Amino acid sequence: MRSIGLFIDGLMQYNFLQTALITSILVGIMSGIIGSFIILRGMSLMGDAISHAVLPGVAVAYMLGINILLGASLFGILAALLIGLVTLKSKLKNDTAIGIVFSAFFALGFILISLAESATNLHHILFGNVLAVSDNDLITTAIVLAIVLIFVVVFYKELLITSFDNTFAQAYGLKTQLMHYALMLVLTLVTVTALQTVGIILIVAMLITPAATAYLLTNRLSHMMIVAAIFSVVSSVIGLYMSYTFNWASGPAIVLTAAVFFSLAFLFSPKQGIIFKKKIN
Amino acid sequence: MIKVRNMTVAYSGQPIFTNLSIAFEPGKITGIIGPNGAGKSTMIKGILGLIHKQSGDVTLHSKPVAKQLKNVAYVEQRAALDLTFPINVFDTVLTGTYPNLGLFKIPSEKDKSAARQALADVNLSEFSQRQIGELSGGQLQRVFVARAIVQEADVIILDEPFVGIDMKSEAEIMSILKRWQMAGKTIIVVHHDLNKVTKYFDDLVIINRGIVAAGKTADVFTKENITTAFSGDLSTILFSDKEPEHA
Repeated sequence: MRSIGLFIDGLMQYNFLQTALITSILVGIMSGIIGSFIILRGMSLMGDAISHAVLPGVAVAYMLGINILLGASLFGILAALLIGLVTLKSKLKNDTAIGIVFSAFFALGFILISLAESATNLHHILFGNVLAVSDNDLITTAIVLAIVLIFVVVFYKELLITSFDNTFAQAYGLKTQLMHYALMLVLTLVTVTALQTVGIILIVAMLITPAATAYLLTNRLSHMMIVAAIFSVVSSVIGLYMSYTFNWASGPAIVLTAAVFFSLAFLFSPKQGIIFKKKIN
Repeated sequence: MIKVRNMTVAYSGQPIFTNLSIAFEPGKITGIIGPNGAGKSTMIKGILGLIHKQSGDVTLHSKPVAKQLKNVAYVEQRAALDLTFPINVFDTVLTGTYPNLGLFKIPSEKDKSAARQALADVNLSEFSQRQIGELSGGQLQRVFVARAIVQEADVIILDEPFVGIDMKSEAEIMSILKRWQMAGKTIIVVHHDLNKVTKYFDDLVIINRGIVAAGKTADVFTKENITTAFSGDLSTILFSDKEPEHA
């Protein structure tokens, strides 16, 4: 209990900790919302791929001194397009195309980052260091959250129908491919911001674990997004507290907390939990 | 009227059918039958533009159908859907209003009452708040028919709507089809069960990698045509008890 008091004292005292807390909350909200669509569309692997594929974009942005969002979005969308192309134009299945493209991008990014090492810290990019978030990063994060919220509110109906019944959407003339790539673009933006809190390697966990927890507990898309965002935020805050208190890396601390929540839902969810199911049977 | 002219569809170089031409008339329920692999679903998807056509054009009211897709309601085969999706029955029916809403608009109170009415039409009002995975196959099919009601399209295309559903659901769906027919809509049904063909359809199209026969059901549903499209054995069984009538 004393450590919680210390954490709150720290929050009052240190600007960096306040920035970290706000960033964690903002990233938690956006990853819960976008993650819901990722898992409903069966795109967990794609989410993992895009998050890895932005690495060369991050490196190039550092090298050229341009905005990191710009570099990352460019490579994120490029990866999504390449995956689409390989799937369409070869006999290979989608997951194979994803595996080839994202590992190649990640490898390229790794080399580029080591070339640009003076300016960046690879370890922080890979595993996140929310305690080192600058005020500028915080502003970027807030802008991305605004984009995510606007995107989901404006295109809620299109996101719902393309996730639920893509054929129906196509049959009435909706540009479903355009929706797919728009979602991929937003996903890359989320990825770049989540990179600060959990790092590239663990972003997929922020996208799918809270959303999967919410999926077990809800029956409506809107509820699922809200519950996912809540789990994501709570995990981020608890993870941040652990990171501060025990000096753990923030990414793994946040992801493990999210995984604990998922395990609880998996076991005890009133509708789909395995314990409850056993009782009924 | 839906007119298909010279439609050719091929999968990896293998044509499913070549230069297929056919018309579907309003105020009629038209059945499409043919053996497995005959290209029934492919033909539907070609009409809807869901697959690439090597050639051919499809018109509705003499204009390209591609420009007025929201005026065509499509009830796809149920198997294709993720039934664990977090959506309830009412919201599923409400998605039928999406084609006419366009971007940026959300369903109005009027749209919602149309969805409620459609659910009542297929006798599923009490299931409104159920998650769709909790329904039986027949109930689920009625939900998708209700969605087509809400879309208020001139053309309704159903792909194997009666497969694996109970008698009550089949009868209720059939009564909705009759209602659409009375309203002068064009109804196209891909169908599997040859036994009910004469009872259900005004017009019939028999296909097997191309049109075998098309026209009024009474004229088209003959032993010869079924033999050509399916097999002699099947037509012998199917038409055996009818032989005296023909004689």
